[in-house]
Amino acid sequence: MLARDESDLKRTPLYALHLARGGKMVPFAGYEMPVQYPAGVLKEHLHTRAAAGVFDVSHMGQLALRPKSGKVSDAALALERLVPQDILGVAPGRQRYAQFTNADGGILDDLMVANFGDHLFLVVNAACKTEDEAHLRRHLSDTCDIDSLSGRALIALQGPRAESALAKICADAPSMKFMDAGPRRVAEFDCFVSRSGYTGEDGFEISVPAEHAEALVTQLLDNPDVLPIGLGARDSLRLEAGLCLYGHDIDTTTTPVEAALEWSIQKSRRKGGAHAGGFPGADKILDQFEHGAPRRRVGLKAQGRAPVREGAPLFADSTSTEAIGKVTSGGFGPSLNAPVAIGYLPTPLSAIGTNVFAEVRGQRLPLAVAATPFVPNTYKR
Amino acid sequence: MTTLYTSDHEWLSIEGDVATIGITDYAQQQLGDVVFVELPKVGRALKKAEAAAVVESVKAASDVYAPISGEVLEVNDALAAEPALVNSDAAGKAWFFKLKIADKGELGGLMDEAAYKAHTA
Repeated sequence: MLARDESDLKRTPLYALHLARGGKMVPFAGYEMPVQYPAGVLKEHLHTRAAAGVFDVSHMGQLALRPKSGKVSDAALALERLVPQDILGVAPGRQRYAQFTNADGGILDDLMVANFGDHLFLVVNAACKTEDEAHLRRHLSDTCDIDSLSGRALIALQGPRAESALAKICADAPSMKFMDAGPRRVAEFDCFVSRSGYTGEDGFEISVPAEHAEALVTQLLDNPDVLPIGLGARDSLRLEAGLCLYGHDIDTTTTPVEAALEWSIQKSRRKGGAHAGGFPGADKILDQFEHGAPRRRVGLKAQGRAPVREGAPLFADSTSTEAIGKVTSGGFGPSLNAPVAIGYLPTPLSAIGTNVFAEVRGQRLPLAVAATPFVPNTYKR
Repeated sequence: MTTLYTSDHEWLSIEGDVATIGITDYAQQQLGDVVFVELPKVGRALKKAEAAAVVESVKAASDVYAPISGEVLEVNDALAAEPALVNSDAAGKAWFFKLKIADKGELGGLMDEAAYKAHTA
């Protein structure tokens, strides 16, 4: 019996490949996605850190922001009305991490913005892509044409052997540096390639026309260094890298300052900057820059072996009855061979080394605030 | 010695009035790589269907329920040091805990091996 909900799920252009490779399909953000392949989450995770893994992230949203004037700076300035980042300063062929904010300073979504010379290329989260597109149309239609690039698949190739694997079918790959982005030929296909990812490893994200996605991934998987990796390991890899998962570690109730994402807001958009403010929630966010926020996102390391998962309340000591924060992502870090978590704590208790407790199944487990990334990143800068 | 099974994929090996309890090979395959096992305290009186242990993979935590009522006589401390035993030897070395059977009548509702095989087929 096929549940109605299941039959309503969308499939990516790589659905048949996932099944052929033994992918265990689960519903995720309205899509049927592989949570793991026969190797399993643990081996997939470790293989990505040791060699290379290929991920289907075609459920994510890809958008082009084309300036009606033909000047990409007009699209950049328009987008700056919706994000606290310096988009004008993103050079052609470069990419930057950004957030759409709301009037309260909360985060509507996080995204990547690349300057492709005559337009901007955006990658947004699957669960937010419909709202994001509507948001862009509502606010930027005066200056930009907004194209939903729904005919493209998106593939991530991550790990220390990602460069050598991609170099076999894309001569330009080795010369790209972290956060370089732009149109490139991969195999015989017209792709958009960025040197970036969501694992903390060196790697690439490749946008490819949907009809060529399977051929491209098959060529990558012909290399014995490359294994297909499911969403399970994608989550454990990004958690070890200390990267935020939208809807969990960041959402409409967390500001970029509370989320410890100040590094992503350039000086030019802060008070006194060349194009300061002018984005939703600027008053609150820029005030938090100066005076601090009441709470802060932190990395947490457990002292025992028990994973501390999303939703676990945090306490200042082993007996207090009032929770001071909560875990927003947590699990087992295969490369660390230890539990790791991300959560929010009152700012005075957010310093590295501070001891707190999480309540798990009625027990108080000791945790220490730890620096992130938990596993050092290996980006090629 | 008799081995019985629950529809929740636990096995019970019965010797006299003691039941040794673990999860089945089918269950460990479904869970994936086990990274942590939490066991009940020795001496705890478990009621049938009560959460008795927790087995965690990289991606999720799953409860293991007491298949029958009884007092915990012994737990398998080897699982704390080597949770991956659950994947490599679910039906043997990776037993979870031993119960002093409170009511042998509760065994009547469990499956034998043939019935369990049919259940997972």
